[in-house]
Amino acid sequence: MSNSFSILVIDDESQIRKLLEITLEANGYKLLFAENAKEGITMAASHQPDLILLDLGLPDEDGQVVLKKLRDWYQNPIIILSVKSTEEEIVKALDSGANDYLTKPFRTQELLARIRTALRGSFNQSQEPIIAFGAITVDFVSRIIKLKDEVLKLTATEYNLFTLLLKNDGRVLTHQYILKEIWGNAYAEQTQYLRVFVAQLRKKIEEDPNRPKYILTESGVGYRFNSG
Amino acid sequence: MLELKAKNNQYVISILSVAMISILGLAVRDFIDYKIIGYLLLVLVSILAIFLEIKPVLLSAILSALVLDFLFIRPYYTLHVDSAEDTLLLLLFFVISLINAVLTYKIKRMQKVIHMKEAKANTMKLYNTLLDSLSHELRTPIATIIGSIDTLQQKNVNLSNDSKDNLLEEIEKASIKLNYQVENLLNMSRLESGYIQPKLDWCDVKEIIYNVSNRLSEELKLHKLIISTEENLPLFKLDYGLMEQILYNLIYNASQYTPKGAKIQIDVKHEVDTDYDSHMDVIKKCIITITDDGYGFPEAEMDKAFDKFYRLQNSKTGGTGLGLSIVKGFVEVQNGTIKLSNAEEGGAVFEMVFAVDCLSINTVANE
Repeated sequence: MSNSFSILVIDDESQIRKLLEITLEANGYKLLFAENAKEGITMAASHQPDLILLDLGLPDEDGQVVLKKLRDWYQNPIIILSVKSTEEEIVKALDSGANDYLTKPFRTQELLARIRTALRGSFNQSQEPIIAFGAITVDFVSRIIKLKDEVLKLTATEYNLFTLLLKNDGRVLTHQYILKEIWGNAYAEQTQYLRVFVAQLRKKIEEDPNRPKYILTESGVGYRFNSG
Repeated sequence: MLELKAKNNQYVISILSVAMISILGLAVRDFIDYKIIGYLLLVLVSILAIFLEIKPVLLSAILSALVLDFLFIRPYYTLHVDSAEDTLLLLLFFVISLINAVLTYKIKRMQKVIHMKEAKANTMKLYNTLLDSLSHELRTPIATIIGSIDTLQQKNVNLSNDSKDNLLEEIEKASIKLNYQVENLLNMSRLESGYIQPKLDWCDVKEIIYNVSNRLSEELKLHKLIISTEENLPLFKLDYGLMEQILYNLIYNASQYTPKGAKIQIDVKHEVDTDYDSHMDVIKKCIITITDDGYGFPEAEMDKAFDKFYRLQNSKTGGTGLGLSIVKGFVEVQNGTIKLSNAEEGGAVFEMVFAVDCLSINTVANE
């Protein structure tokens, strides 16, 4: 695999930096490293990396603050890598503009998949009218979704929910975010709608709704679409 | 504040009891020998010494001596004593009551020390149990990892690719196990700190169960897992993360402690009762039962199953003895109860009942 994407790793643990260096370079990425927040922000500004892997537990500054500072001007994806991650902290990071998060210990295949997804998102904002993946075809123009050539009967809300998730393929969307987007600001805390409609949607699009392939649950945080 | 009050109460008790005996004594002063009253007061001081602190007891000793002299030794109502015999008697009375008070106090102190030693020994025992199981459960995977890596790094040995793969697989398994144990230890300390604030939100319990069992698919490979939930199970107000951990530990446990091919069954249902006694309150319950057809728990060890660091007498693999105590803790912070019993046909039954709000799916879907 050859690509020339550059990734900035901001992490104070040398073992993690070493692991990421070997793993990511072997997969064709160019690596940059920073050991603390100050260095990280400087490096991000001077090198404009295509993606940043940010540890939340930095020695000189709270990672959440670093994330906010970066997001003031840095547009490319930021993935959070963190040891301690309560659900609140993850949601906070996602709300502050992180594209994704992974909890240490993580599997490298998972990390590589997340990096690919994040980079695809930022480099390929495709506006295709028809998308096909797995056994599913989506026609955004005529608002028709087919599963194995069979037109799915989705309600308006189900359709909106499905396309919102699909448009953010690979990305975690928080409960609050989805609720606000689909039902409106007043519904931000009404998770019951999300639970019921996700279950309904899964029944219609998943081969086995109990072992979903497309709409994945991020426990306590939200949902992630996975087109495969 | 409360302690201060309790101490003051002790002084009040000692003063009042001496006063009571004095009044009684006054009533019968003309009929009985004042020595009897002296003995009575002595008995009183001794009894007080058993229950009260040293200072209130000393106070009662001094008071008794004064009262005895003032009210009962002639001439009355003066501290003056006529006969040498009475002086000696008064002096002896005072000394005996003092010795009494001090001795009792010393005995009580010694008992306290013994008690503390016992408590310390118990803590040490618990600590040793923890060390035992921890060192075993943490060191075994660490030993596997270090050993495997050493073998992989050996320069003068030719390992077949299969062997290398096997060693790598062992390292992987050991790391995952280590991670699970650390996770449990962290959860335990979260529970102990009392810091856990459940984040109650509408949960699709069926989804959590499938989610967890999918994550455990490797461990469940040789088991028969049956999940049966009510049709249209309502949503329940529970903490998603805690429920995941509870179910993970219970299903993981079942997979580890039942023989190959054993059946693990998970049932979920809800109940809505009306409590006619208290203003027609509606009580909603989520009931989750996990049943296996393994060996079950020995009756004698049933009570201890949820105790911290407790492991079954003959248990073979895994576990720091934290898994079930974490389950219990996490169930309880969500207003739930958990009960362990043995099925009639053998096998363990864990029944959890959460008295939490529920919401019918149809209501939501049709809104």
